[in-house]
Amino acid sequence: MLVIKDLYAKVEGKDILKGINLTVNAGEVHAIMGPNGSGKSTLANVLAGHTNFEVTHGSITFNGKDIFDMSPDIRAKEGLFLSFQYPVEIPGVSMVNFLKTAVNEHRKYRNEKELTAGDFLKLMREKKAMVQIDSQLTNRSVNEGFSGGEKKKNEIFQMAMLEPTLAILDETDSGLDIDALRIVSNGVNMLKTKDNATILVTHYQRLLDYIVPDFVHVLYEGRIVKSAGKELAIEIEEKGYDWIKKELGE
Amino acid sequence: MTEVLEKIGAVPRISEIYGTNLTTIADGLPGWMNHTRYPALKAFQRMGIPGFRTENYKYTDLTRLFENENFRRSFTPDNFEVNLSEVFSCDVPEFDTHLILTVNGWYDEISNKDTQYPEGVIVKSLRNAIKENTELVEKYYGKLALSDEDPLIALNTLFAQDGIFIYIPDNLHISKPLQIINVLRSDDDLYVTQRNMLIAGKNSQAKIMLCDHTLVPQQFINNNITEVQIGEEAVIDIYSIQNQHNKTASFSGIYVHQERSSELVTNAITLHGGIIRNNLKVLLDGEQASAKICGLALSDKNQHVDNYTNIEHIKPNCQSNQLYKNILDDNSTGGFTGRIHVLPYAAKTAAFQRNNNVLLTNAAKMNTKPQLVIDNDDVKCSHGATVGRINDEALFYLQARGINEKEARLMLMFAFAHEVLAEIKIEKLRDVIDQLVNKRLRGEVSKCHSCALDCIR
Amino acid sequence: MEDQNKLIKEVTQRDYRFGFVSDIETDTIVKGLNEEVIRIISAKKDEPEFMLEFRLKAYRRWLTMKMPEWAQIKMPVIDYQEIIYYAAPTQQAKYESLNEVDPELLRTFEKLGIPLEEQKMLSGVAVDAVIDSVSVKTTFKETLAERGIIFCSFSDAVKHHPDLIQKYLGMAVPYNDNYFAALNSAVFSDGSFVYIPKGTRCPMELSTYFRINAKNTGQFERTLIIADDDSYVSYLEGCTAPMRDENQLHAAIVEIIAMDRAEVKYSTVQNWYPGDKNGKGGIFNFVTKRGICKGVSSKICWNQVETGSAITWKYPSCVLMGDNSIAEFNSVALTNNYQQADTGTKMIHIGKNTKSTIVSKGISAGHSSNSYRGLVRVAPKAENARNYSQCDSLLLGDTCGAHTFPYIEVGNSSSIIEHEATTSKIGEDQIFYCNQRGISTEDAIGMIVNGYAREVINKLPMEFAVEAQKLLQISLEGSVG
Ligand SMILES: Nc1ncnc2c1ncn2[C@@H]1O[C@H](COP(=O)(O)OP(=O)(O)O)[C@@H](O)[C@H]1O
Ligand SMILES: [Mg+2]
Repeated sequence: MLVIKDLYAKVEGKDILKGINLTVNAGEVHAIMGPNGSGKSTLANVLAGHTNFEVTHGSITFNGKDIFDMSPDIRAKEGLFLSFQYPVEIPGVSMVNFLKTAVNEHRKYRNEKELTAGDFLKLMREKKAMVQIDSQLTNRSVNEGFSGGEKKKNEIFQMAMLEPTLAILDETDSGLDIDALRIVSNGVNMLKTKDNATILVTHYQRLLDYIVPDFVHVLYEGRIVKSAGKELAIEIEEKGYDWIKKELGE
Repeated sequence: MTEVLEKIGAVPRISEIYGTNLTTIADGLPGWMNHTRYPALKAFQRMGIPGFRTENYKYTDLTRLFENENFRRSFTPDNFEVNLSEVFSCDVPEFDTHLILTVNGWYDEISNKDTQYPEGVIVKSLRNAIKENTELVEKYYGKLALSDEDPLIALNTLFAQDGIFIYIPDNLHISKPLQIINVLRSDDDLYVTQRNMLIAGKNSQAKIMLCDHTLVPQQFINNNITEVQIGEEAVIDIYSIQNQHNKTASFSGIYVHQERSSELVTNAITLHGGIIRNNLKVLLDGEQASAKICGLALSDKNQHVDNYTNIEHIKPNCQSNQLYKNILDDNSTGGFTGRIHVLPYAAKTAAFQRNNNVLLTNAAKMNTKPQLVIDNDDVKCSHGATVGRINDEALFYLQARGINEKEARLMLMFAFAHEVLAEIKIEKLRDVIDQLVNKRLRGEVSKCHSCALDCIR
Repeated sequence: MEDQNKLIKEVTQRDYRFGFVSDIETDTIVKGLNEEVIRIISAKKDEPEFMLEFRLKAYRRWLTMKMPEWAQIKMPVIDYQEIIYYAAPTQQAKYESLNEVDPELLRTFEKLGIPLEEQKMLSGVAVDAVIDSVSVKTTFKETLAERGIIFCSFSDAVKHHPDLIQKYLGMAVPYNDNYFAALNSAVFSDGSFVYIPKGTRCPMELSTYFRINAKNTGQFERTLIIADDDSYVSYLEGCTAPMRDENQLHAAIVEIIAMDRAEVKYSTVQNWYPGDKNGKGGIFNFVTKRGICKGVSSKICWNQVETGSAITWKYPSCVLMGDNSIAEFNSVALTNNYQQADTGTKMIHIGKNTKSTIVSKGISAGHSSNSYRGLVRVAPKAENARNYSQCDSLLLGDTCGAHTFPYIEVGNSSSIIEHEATTSKIGEDQIFYCNQRGISTEDAIGMIVNGYAREVINKLPMEFAVEAQKLLQISLEGSVG
């Protein structure tokens, strides 16, 4: 589904990603771990097509298509979803209006009929129940005045609404209390099928208890320096990253 | 005689004063400087006396003042001897500084002759600088204070003869503040012109204190202009403490040019005066330059205090921050015009401004005119202005803790004022001013024991 | 970013939709302005003597006045002798039923989307339509009359209610108030008149549609709304003009008087022809609007969405005379291409416990210039006066300007006056967030701009709000970055 080959990217003239290779197949869950500043969010943003980041080398194919020339909204409509580490506030733009536009844009892209207001609201109710998001939140402007946890839940709610084929969750677990974490993970698990895939960016084993990864990768200084099964996450939880750094000869 | 003068109006009368004294004024000064006078005269005649018809003087009308004055001009130094202890007893902050004294706008050679300055620093009269540092002065004179922009600049340029010249060499950090005391003293009513220049070299640092002081009860009009060049990475603080009596009209103009990564702090504390108008213009003309501009004015009786600022963001990535406050009592009036102008290429500008005012009586009046002129989209700019009373909730809270209303009000007013004072980076000065403001708010206005003057009236 | 800029440009450069010229027979008088012209206008309208006197007084005063100059507006000199001061569809004043209306006129209104036809009247908005200078049709007159509400053309009001006109004309906007007010007072040809009797709630929205059609004409209409004690009315004003290369002048006056506990809501969606992409043509819109909260606890609310005109110069104002009176000003002004808008409000607090709120949202795109200019004045006797002002500017692209010039003059120590202003652009992160959810940049900008303006649009009556929202989108088309 997703094939990243020898990806280099920089921001503000600084090299951040220095040769990432990663393949994600349908039905898989990948976890990406790594110390702060190692480039995890950068990778997520590059995948979503953020223009701050300049890809200097390498390729990304998604569903067999090279995505470099796709604008961020096309990538989204192709089925790539990013749960932002820091979701932005958009004052005055109501959640309903925002999501309705997004959902219908996706539908138009797939040559499906746009949802009527009624059908849309019904869909929203269903999904809200699924991620147990507070009804009040969807009456507000996008992310405006949401607490950290509410913002993260809202991201998952949007994921439920848009049903992506590849979801990248960038530290969606940070700042969540244990109940919220369970709700978010349940949401993610419920949405999982054999046809879609998930990339979890996280610091904590905790999340991986709920969403069990097939692969764990360690991203360090812009490279994936170690890949293994879920046991790697446990090892990192126990020992931190130093031993990996040592292995690398530092 | 007076009658006739009044009839012919201030503009022709002042033009005539200039014409009559032309040779005295120009005497001993070079051609290039004297050549700035005629254009200044034309500019003054075109703009006239600042008043409410001039948009920038909408809230400070000087026509009455100028129509009615027939003050002596001090075209030659008066050579009064200044008794410094007398000055300090009148609430001029006294601590370890490099002192520079002017009397009636003239650099006071006698008092200043023994003062020591750090090596490389030049402090002298503008007249001497013109002779001895000709290139520097000629290069910068009249480049920031433009006669065409403001009638008070035109008037200053027209009559300019002397003032202070300060030069701080590259890379020199002066730790002791330079304290300039402008003394006004005369046996008759006097019109004073003073013109200063401050040049701060690359990566230099200095703190300057300006103390305006009136020693005698005569009426004064004081038109004081300072042009300031701040080199790359230099850090300059300018604090002015205005404490003059009610019959003084004081116009102070500071015009600043900032180069890359330089930092400017200004803080104008007005404790007392008759008519006060402070003009401040800052050109942020190098990337990463920053300016922090503050002012606090306490006014009562019939005083008038008007602060006018114009911050021009010319280059990208500069920052400006303005904070002005007024507390107005009795019949006093206050004005504030703060302009932030972001020019088309000044992307990534961050410019903020706040003006808060408290009115203590219904006879007091505050006019405020914050302005944003933004010609670039990639900016963060905001301004806020309030005029109001002391916060009721806070007052109640303090009272509920057992503080009587009067004391609670004072506490809140002092807290209100202190936000501006907190921006003073010279600790000793901050303490002195804190005390002065406290005293002033309690109504124990600087009634200086040894001073013949009764400042309160 | 590049793409975004391109898109901003595309979005902001779409064309004006209402630029057609209708082929309606008009009765015009010779161009130019002098006392004779004023007498002709007055005579054509069969006016009583006091009206002619009012006009002449204003004209003589106007001659002594000078066109105001504002630093933030650049404009060519207007030659007042080149303007035609009276143009009316020839069949004026005869429309008893729609069958008699010039079919071209009806088509015009259809294109404008004005519900003039009988069945559309059921939509529940009473409409007074003013073409060029003359009121051509007022709907629902009878329904309203049953409740004692007078809603008619200004000319009719002069004929049938001269006492009311004589009493209130010029009360809020004196004939000598400003240059354009004096000009309007001298030459105004028609407009709308509303009187809501004591204790009456107007059962429907009242609405006027203005259109400048004839060439070289100026439009000088005048609206007078009087809300007697305990009454309520919501009034809507919309306008369009054909595309012409020359500039055309629109200098209107609106006066509102609110008596004890009366409430008047006045909403405008201003969409005069703004000129083309290069700044050629377009309407000069110089309007004086003022309301007096005359009675205790009265309330006047100005809502405006300004997207049209080459130059807009208007400051809907309120004089808060009655104790406890309330005034609001809610404005969205969008400028694009070479448009210039200098708009804002004046809130004059005179009564005790008076309260005013100002919300101004400026949006600039293209090479346009958008200024807020406002005054809040608190008289010494206005105990406990309260004002809150929020003036925000949104810049789209790096060739436009946004300016804020508030004037705050406070002479009462118990009042609380607060003003805040911010300038921002659409965050790239906001656009990216929308993109990531599959929303194109263009739609994202439309959404964000509408979100930005939402606070004000929400104050508009439903139908108008939808219209305003669309207008914002259309006016921006071609501009987003
Ligand atoms: N917009 C930006 N401008 C400059 N530096 C950035 C930007 N975004 C990220 N970086 C830098 O890139 C590096 C990687 O950041 P990031 O991908 O956010 O790390 P993390 O792995 O913690 O998510 C950090 O050094 C960060 O400071
Ligand atoms: Mg991160």
